[in-house]
Amino acid sequence: MRARWVLLFGGLAIAMPLLAFAAGGRMNTPKTIEAGSPFAIQTIGSGDATLFIVGTGQVLKRDVQLGQTAFFSSGSLYNAGHYLAVLEGNSFTETGSIDVVPASKPGTLSFLAKPSRLSVGLNDGITGAVYVFDTYHNLLSAPMPVSFELSSPVGTVQKRIVVTRDGAAWTAMDSTAQQGIDEFVARVGEISSTRVVEQVPGDPCGLKMNAQPSGEQVHLVTDVVRDCNGNAVPDGTIVTFTETFNGSQSTIDEPLKRGIAQATISAHNGSVLSVASGVVMGNQIRWGK
Amino acid sequence: MLRVFLILGMVLTFASALMPAQAAVRIETADLQGPRLLQEQTRRAVIRDYLQSWQSLTAALEQNRANLLDPDFVGAARDTLTSTIQQQSALGISTRYQDRAHDLQVVFYSPEGLSIELTDNVEYDVQLLDHGKVKATQHVSARYVIVMTPAEVRWRVRVFQGRQR
Repeated sequence: MRARWVLLFGGLAIAMPLLAFAAGGRMNTPKTIEAGSPFAIQTIGSGDATLFIVGTGQVLKRDVQLGQTAFFSSGSLYNAGHYLAVLEGNSFTETGSIDVVPASKPGTLSFLAKPSRLSVGLNDGITGAVYVFDTYHNLLSAPMPVSFELSSPVGTVQKRIVVTRDGAAWTAMDSTAQQGIDEFVARVGEISSTRVVEQVPGDPCGLKMNAQPSGEQVHLVTDVVRDCNGNAVPDGTIVTFTETFNGSQSTIDEPLKRGIAQATISAHNGSVLSVASGVVMGNQIRWGK
Repeated sequence: MLRVFLILGMVLTFASALMPAQAAVRIETADLQGPRLLQEQTRRAVIRDYLQSWQSLTAALEQNRANLLDPDFVGAARDTLTSTIQQQSALGISTRYQDRAHDLQVVFYSPEGLSIELTDNVEYDVQLLDHGKVKATQHVSARYVIVMTPAEVRWRVRVFQGRQR
């Protein structure tokens, strides 16, 4: 009696894989494989057949001997997507499916940081967007943390960790108070990508000039022009000196040189002298009486 | 009279069977990540161009003509499809993709406005043709993730990646 049960269960144990196999027909395709990994397709029967694996990402064709296993080495199928598997024999055609999913490890990052140049002290002024790909350039749709780091030349670091959704993540950072070259790094696992963001001084702040007589004329000179964070406004920035007298105006535009701007004008007694840079107004001086 | 109607009905049925049916399109409310507001005009343009890309893809893979991809695909997506067409051509086969239904959702609009990501729960039929003869047909329900980027006058598909649902 016991021997009969052993035979029955033993027979079932041997038959189960065959039954599972038979349910799938003449070939047994893996439902899912990771991009680039090796895989095998088992066939049953006898005779010659042709195996096609077709998708929008790749096409493979292989002559197979029915009853044997077709082995595909690593790197054979590497573009993620859905593939139709077709086994064609002399008197039959059978179809199956294979889904190639992206490799689990990130391989490359597509990182876009904008803008590449901006003023200091802007809230959420710098944005970064990332798409995460594997080494075969398949988009990694599984959520994974992306670390964004913006470091300024003086060592301040802003850091955010954002989890990807459908392979994408983004962040916004403030531009810091100091001018200079910042490094903006996006990192996923061991993969990182760096972009450079130049922070330039903002608009002049507290623009101030002094006036001195120079013979018949007046010599106007500004203090070193700085933004509100104390960064020197770059040379070349235009400063406008204006004289207003009896309802008429005369102006002189001068670029900053070594941080200051200066001009000599023929000022009338009682005129008002003013200074500005762009939309930023400086002080006014009433000349003479 | 009845015979005329019957003949007319048969002709119409036959004609509709020959013409590829227009895919049903459903557009879900955008589930956006990103700070950028997606304008309705942009959303419509992206979806229009994406659906058009299926027509290009179908024609290119069926006729093994990679140049048909040019208006709608760019970058990695175009390179991959071109390579597939070359492989098909070398093997003397082609594939016919017929999209039946799309369920689209915009999921990401990058802050600088240079990329839009969509998901598409798509139903399509794929046929393998060997020297013009249909070898096999399969109906597929898949979820595609698509990244589109703006070109001169339209949005183009840069990432095109699907997986069976």
